[in-house]
Amino acid sequence: MLKVKNINMSYGDVQVLWDVSFEVHQGEIIVLVGANGAGKSSILKTISGLQRISSGSIEFEGKDLSQMPGNEIINTGVVHVPEGRRLFNEMTVEENLIMGSLNGEAKQKRAESIEESYALFPRLFERKKQLAGTLSGGEQQMLAVARGLMSKPKLLMLDEPSLGLAPVLVQDIFEIVKSINKQGMTVLLVEQNVQTTLTFCDRAYVLENGEITLSGTGKELMNNEHVKTAYLGI
Amino acid sequence: MDMFLQTLVSGLLIGGLYAIIGIGMTLIMGVLGIINLAHGQILMVAMYITWILWQSFGIDPYLGMFITVPIVFYFGQFLAKYLLHPLIEKDSILPENQVLMTVGIGMVLVELARSIFSSDYRSVQTGYTDVVWHLGKISLSMPIVIDFFLAMLLTLGLFWLLMRTDLGRAIRATAQDKEAATLMGISAKKITILTFGLGSALTAAAGSLFLPIYYLYPDVGPLFTLKAFVITILGGLGSTVGAIAGGLVLGIAETFGATYFSMGYRDAVGLVIFLVVLIFFPGGLKRFTKV
Repeated sequence: MLKVKNINMSYGDVQVLWDVSFEVHQGEIIVLVGANGAGKSSILKTISGLQRISSGSIEFEGKDLSQMPGNEIINTGVVHVPEGRRLFNEMTVEENLIMGSLNGEAKQKRAESIEESYALFPRLFERKKQLAGTLSGGEQQMLAVARGLMSKPKLLMLDEPSLGLAPVLVQDIFEIVKSINKQGMTVLLVEQNVQTTLTFCDRAYVLENGEITLSGTGKELMNNEHVKTAYLGI
Repeated sequence: MDMFLQTLVSGLLIGGLYAIIGIGMTLIMGVLGIINLAHGQILMVAMYITWILWQSFGIDPYLGMFITVPIVFYFGQFLAKYLLHPLIEKDSILPENQVLMTVGIGMVLVELARSIFSSDYRSVQTGYTDVVWHLGKISLSMPIVIDFFLAMLLTLGLFWLLMRTDLGRAIRATAQDKEAATLMGISAKKITILTFGLGSALTAAAGSLFLPIYYLYPDVGPLFTLKAFVITILGGLGSTVGAIAGGLVLGIAETFGATYFSMGYRDAVGLVIFLVVLIFFPGGLKRFTKV
């Protein structure tokens, strides 16, 4: 479904991605794990067009994403829920949801999608007239995911959805990711929370200093000596 | 007491017009992140267009507005597309430097107007220019009252656009977080250009409305840029509701200055109020509004 091949990317003179390749297949949950600054978020930014690659290719269902303007990528069915939620804080919960469905088919199904969001996240329904900036961290993350789903994506890319949340909320968010995936959504997840994510992902890639150093199923990686010492602290 | 009421009402009416100038500037401020220092000059261009329509074709300024505003809307988009936006795309130029570009645009517009129309004072004379309505002991100049209500209508229309339509939401989203807006499928470039056009159109409407009650000469441009700047700062940069408050405060302050000191001190009083607000409420009047 998504094929990323040998991409290189730099911020000015500093190269942050080196020859990164990976694939995401229909219906999978794929996790990119790695430490701070390993380049996980940068990968998502290149896919969603916020950053340009210097070489390599990014293909989604046969379409080349690497040259497409950032604002058109959402129309291909790829949606990026960015790190730190990036909600429109001065807009209400409902308006934030509306912002997720500005184009094409998603716009026609807007009312229906909003109902679905509220069914998935009842808390958002209670707070629909509230400004997004006044929500708690967990609610903001739910809204960010719901806003992403409003565009009716085929591939949902989540950047550190557990960031800054209490452990119990982290579990909630991961449960939601699992249930969305069960309903057929393909998920590309970026996480520092290696221990939990490896238990439920289909496959994972380990990113170190901008390079993919390891890959395999969640189980394989959990039993890998390097992953154990470097990420799981065993 | 009658004089006080009369002054207050006149000030409010003028303030309504100032408000739409300020809202236009605030919109541009919100999305482009810069103060548009050609704002008054764009208003002057609109006044000249409306004046030509009246002078050459006999079109009433209030009708001429419907021709002027679309022209200036496209003119503003043209300026944004070919003069301002190219600066954003160059990494080596700080986005703030667009302010310098607006200063340049303003100067060119004033001097162009001077070379085409000379520095002479112009005005329009219509059947209703001198009509006065009496409300108790208060007398109201008919064109100013019409101006006020048209300005309020425009303000309401703009709020409807911003709050109730996808386009308006896209403008607000872009003002709040450009990158997140891009992820939602909004073209920041398109919205930036459109917003500059919209801000220009609002100030153009104010220009057409001012024509029946004001003199027109090339240097009204810088004068109104200054006023727009004061209104926007009074309103607390970037707040549209604040800009309305700022417009009303400036209008009232100027009218009181003109009535109780002297006509010549009108603009000075406005600027003194500006200083007072900055000293005592550095955030502008925004702290009294929630939006």
